Amino acid sequence: MQTAFGFLAGGLFGAGLYLSGMTDTRKVQGWLDILGDWDPTLAFVLGSAILPMAIAWRYAKKGAPALGGTFPAPPEKRIEGSLIIGSLLFGAGWGLVGLCPGPALASLTYGGLPGMAFLAAMGVGMRAAPVIRQRLDARLANA
Amino acid sequence: MPTDWLFGLLGGLMIGSAAALFLLINGRIMGASGLLGGLVDGSGLANWRERAAFIGGLVVVPAVLALGNGGAETYATTNAGLLVAGGLLVGLGTRIGNGCTSGHGVCGISRLSARGIAATLVYLLAGALTVAALRHAWGLI
Repeated sequence: MQTAFGFLAGGLFGAGLYLSGMTDTRKVQGWLDILGDWDPTLAFVLGSAILPMAIAWRYAKKGAPALGGTFPAPPEKRIEGSLIIGSLLFGAGWGLVGLCPGPALASLTYGGLPGMAFLAAMGVGMRAAPVIRQRLDARLANA
Repeated sequence: MPTDWLFGLLGGLMIGSAAALFLLINGRIMGASGLLGGLVDGSGLANWRERAAFIGGLVVVPAVLALGNGGAETYATTNAGLLVAGGLLVGLGTRIGNGCTSGHGVCGISRLSARGIAATLVYLLAGALTVAALRHAWGLI
């Protein structure tokens, strides 16, 4: 059942990314281009995506998920160095190409060679991240 | 242009509903980088079926929609250096920073998580600076 609903959630997420135009890198880079011909579409996407999720979090304060288990714990409060440094790197890569992990996967079948090259490099980055993060956290702890 | 905003609103509602469904039914946070990253680095193999199914849906449904619509395009750069650098940075950054636009952005902001809000502000700023430098200073994109 987790598998079936996982597929359903992924499919709905993908349909939303496709419909909203978020797999079009011109729209994403247009949103980030505050000095140029700014495209506000992403703000509509993010804003309306937050609504159903804010309601869902209210329901998730009590009880349990429909398929059992427990809801995620409340978010940690600590903002550590790796959160900031990782987000800086992510934002830079996002700006370079206009793809983030969701849209990169959603456009796999129509993104052609550029999309596949981006995804392959993203996989390499994800594979290398744990070791780099460990070293980074150790260095930040000593600083 | 306003049509784009309308599709943005509609698509956003679907993205948020997908995240809500994944939370209320599966009990999980819908973060694309975490779901994929756990498979890539082996840290999330305990529930690999759920992760793989999510990614399967994420790939297959837009594929079908694009086909039915006569094709789709990402209009991504064909500059190999930019693609590889961008992919590496997104892969590294999302896993070092614990999330991306879906995890920190949609799921984090919606529960007013200070971490999600901080991460989102930082990657938006970094993305805007990158586009400003590449497009307006160097003319690369």
